[in-house]
Amino acid sequence: MSEHHSIGAQRSSAFKAWYKSGDPWIWMTGGAVAISLLLVVGLLGLIAFRGLAHFWPADVVQASYQVPGKPPMKVLGELREGELVSKSRLESAGLPVTGDKEFYDRYLFKVGNRDIYGSDFRYVIDDWLVEREFPQDITVFERLEWGNLYGWVESVSENGEVVASGDAAWPALRERQARAHELREKIEKIEKHDIGAINYALEKLRLKRRGLELRQQLSTEVEAGIAAEEAALQARYQGYEDDLISLYGDIQRDSVTVRVMTGETRTVELSKVVRIFRPNDMGVFGKLGHYAAKLWEFVADEPREANTEGGIFPAIFGTVLMVLLMSVFVTPFGVVAALYLREYAKQGFMTRVIRIAVNNLAGVPSIVYGVFGLGFFVYFLGGSIDALFFPEALPTPTFGTGGILWASLTLAILTLPVVIVATEEGLSRIPRSLREASLALGATKAETLWKVVLPMASPAMMTGLILAVARAAGEVAPLMLVGVVKLAPSLPLDGNMPFIHLDRKFMHLGFHIYDVGFQSPNVEAARPLVYATALLLVLVIIALNLFAVRVRNRLREKYRALEH
Amino acid sequence: MVQTKEKTNMTHAIDMGAANRAPQTRRLEDEKIALTVRDLSLYYGDKQALKSINLQIPEKRVTAFIGPSGCGKSTLLRCFNRMNDLVDTARIEGQLLLGDKNIYDKDVDVARLRRRIGMVFQKPNPFPKSIYENVAYGLRLAGITKKRTLDETVEWALKGAALWDEVKDRLHDNALGMSGGQQQRLVIARSIAIKPEVLLLDEPASALDPISTLKIEELINDLKNDYTIVIVTHNMQQAARVSDYTAFMYLGDLVEYGATDKIFTVPEKKQTEDYITGRYG
Repeated sequence: MSEHHSIGAQRSSAFKAWYKSGDPWIWMTGGAVAISLLLVVGLLGLIAFRGLAHFWPADVVQASYQVPGKPPMKVLGELREGELVSKSRLESAGLPVTGDKEFYDRYLFKVGNRDIYGSDFRYVIDDWLVEREFPQDITVFERLEWGNLYGWVESVSENGEVVASGDAAWPALRERQARAHELREKIEKIEKHDIGAINYALEKLRLKRRGLELRQQLSTEVEAGIAAEEAALQARYQGYEDDLISLYGDIQRDSVTVRVMTGETRTVELSKVVRIFRPNDMGVFGKLGHYAAKLWEFVADEPREANTEGGIFPAIFGTVLMVLLMSVFVTPFGVVAALYLREYAKQGFMTRVIRIAVNNLAGVPSIVYGVFGLGFFVYFLGGSIDALFFPEALPTPTFGTGGILWASLTLAILTLPVVIVATEEGLSRIPRSLREASLALGATKAETLWKVVLPMASPAMMTGLILAVARAAGEVAPLMLVGVVKLAPSLPLDGNMPFIHLDRKFMHLGFHIYDVGFQSPNVEAARPLVYATALLLVLVIIALNLFAVRVRNRLREKYRALEH
Repeated sequence: MVQTKEKTNMTHAIDMGAANRAPQTRRLEDEKIALTVRDLSLYYGDKQALKSINLQIPEKRVTAFIGPSGCGKSTLLRCFNRMNDLVDTARIEGQLLLGDKNIYDKDVDVARLRRRIGMVFQKPNPFPKSIYENVAYGLRLAGITKKRTLDETVEWALKGAALWDEVKDRLHDNALGMSGGQQQRLVIARSIAIKPEVLLLDEPASALDPISTLKIEELINDLKNDYTIVIVTHNMQQAARVSDYTAFMYLGDLVEYGATDKIFTVPEKKQTEDYITGRYG
């Protein structure tokens, strides 16, 4: 009995010793770090996997779909996401599930051919999809409109005359598709670039005339000059128009006839086809090549089909440009404010109140900043600018509507507290001895600040900027009020004078996620893009941050006097 | 009143020195005076840190301030280039003349004054820039931009601070990579580069090892040919070694001031003697 007791006592004292040694703390804190890391890695892994898998060309399956009690139906398409669904749910959906399984595999099946079936997707029960085959010669047509078309190539026609059919059709199709692709690039260049520039110039002339009219300075000579310029532009436009007509004639020459699953045939103009491929016939390298091309399109092209196809380049561009503009606005403001608060203001009650206020500003919900931006920047400032400088364009607003300038200014205000706090922190850490050294050499206070204190505080400013960028790049709510749109016709940066157009609306990755995920007419098609866009947003923020961190580390290396 | 008392003390001391020792003993009467402190009092808020100090600093000599911690010697030193202006609560009464001009007059340009009265601090405080840029800092402030003038002056100052041979091959390395002693000599070079008239040294060797201390002391000996030097030190041997005149301060009062030989051999006051012989402090 007493022996037993002493063993217990020994054990408890061993536990106490272990507890006192601090090991439990190490395990607990280490565990917390591990769990956090796991969560972050898991999150990134999930969005990366779901986003990136979307671009892989899936095999196209041809099968017979046999719903019990109904005649079998031939289907053709790609099997996408699978999920387990309970029997009762299927029953309540009106499906004749008669088996005794508790759960069934259900797949999202992309049948494409939206112009024929009405929608791209349908759900299929795995067990009922029988007689699966993967025919080598199934061809996928990625079209500009109506989504993908799945079918078999029957024949290729030129101006309505069949030029190749049967086995010869596929090579002929590849060749003609390459030609159509080239032509489409030419057309796009003329439409976007050349005609865009002419339209821009014409609009400027129109505004010039209207402005002179408003000021009643429109003399006949000036009017004649403007008219002459307009005529010249119109003539150039006519030239491009002629080019376009002949290009359109060329591109519309070829068409392909496709037999789809139902047995019907469809004729598709090659001018409306982006990509033609046979996934079941591709090797690993062929698929890799296709994957790379799709990924590149996603990063570098403009969106198509209500943002569910194509790329998101304008959104990437808008996000980066907005963040850069915001940095340009917020850094000087924040630094100057912090400089006054820390170096010039007499420390006392007022500065304490201001500091508390600044810290609290960081906690204001971002949508409130959006409302402020809309009321102050867009309506008040923008409206005044329009009335003063752009009366000729009214009632169409120039700056009196959301735009990238107002969006970046709104975010600059949103992130101002972060920069102020970080800069103040940095300023307070500059040793007094260095300020004295500079003053003792005959520097004034301003010279000391400029030559010694500010350079040494620059890493702290960069820290503030890094935090600001991280916050601003992920912000969506305020932007919806001050200039983000789901589809911007042109980038805020282009080849027309003055090159940067701060009044333009822009696209943003964060808003794009919301738009594609929740406002899209084709939810199933858009869902993978949500993940892909989210991944890209994270990558853009990481890239911006890494850049800022590198700059900060270089500055730190340069001014590492704070360590002693 | 204090002033007259000091005057008599000094006269007495110098007289005695002249009587007892070799003719090289210095006499304040024979010196040209660079700085005159007249009834200078300094308050930090309500607390009086300096009590009506009267003192004359001779030109091109080394004058040392000694005394226990908190006696006001550094505060007094910082009055000479108005470093106490930076302390919000500090308030000054009395006069401090550079030549004939009171440096606390309203029309004095403090930046220009500090160019005439340079200062070296207790802890080496080079800027986180290259060695060259550290020395050139004051020159650039003074508006010198010509590369050749800058190069020449930097070399001259570094030679003056006995640092040239050690750093001439790495002028563009970061100054923070140097040893503490080198950094302190760099700071001295930085101060003399703008050719001040007076050099204030605030315990310049207290953070250094013995060898670096020795180098600094040798340097002070060389520099006094061209500059009026005022040095604050904790180390009495150092004061005895490097200075020509010594002022002993205690609790904000100037207790005794006179030729160093005299102060260290036959001090006038009991307090001074106690301090020097290590009975307190």
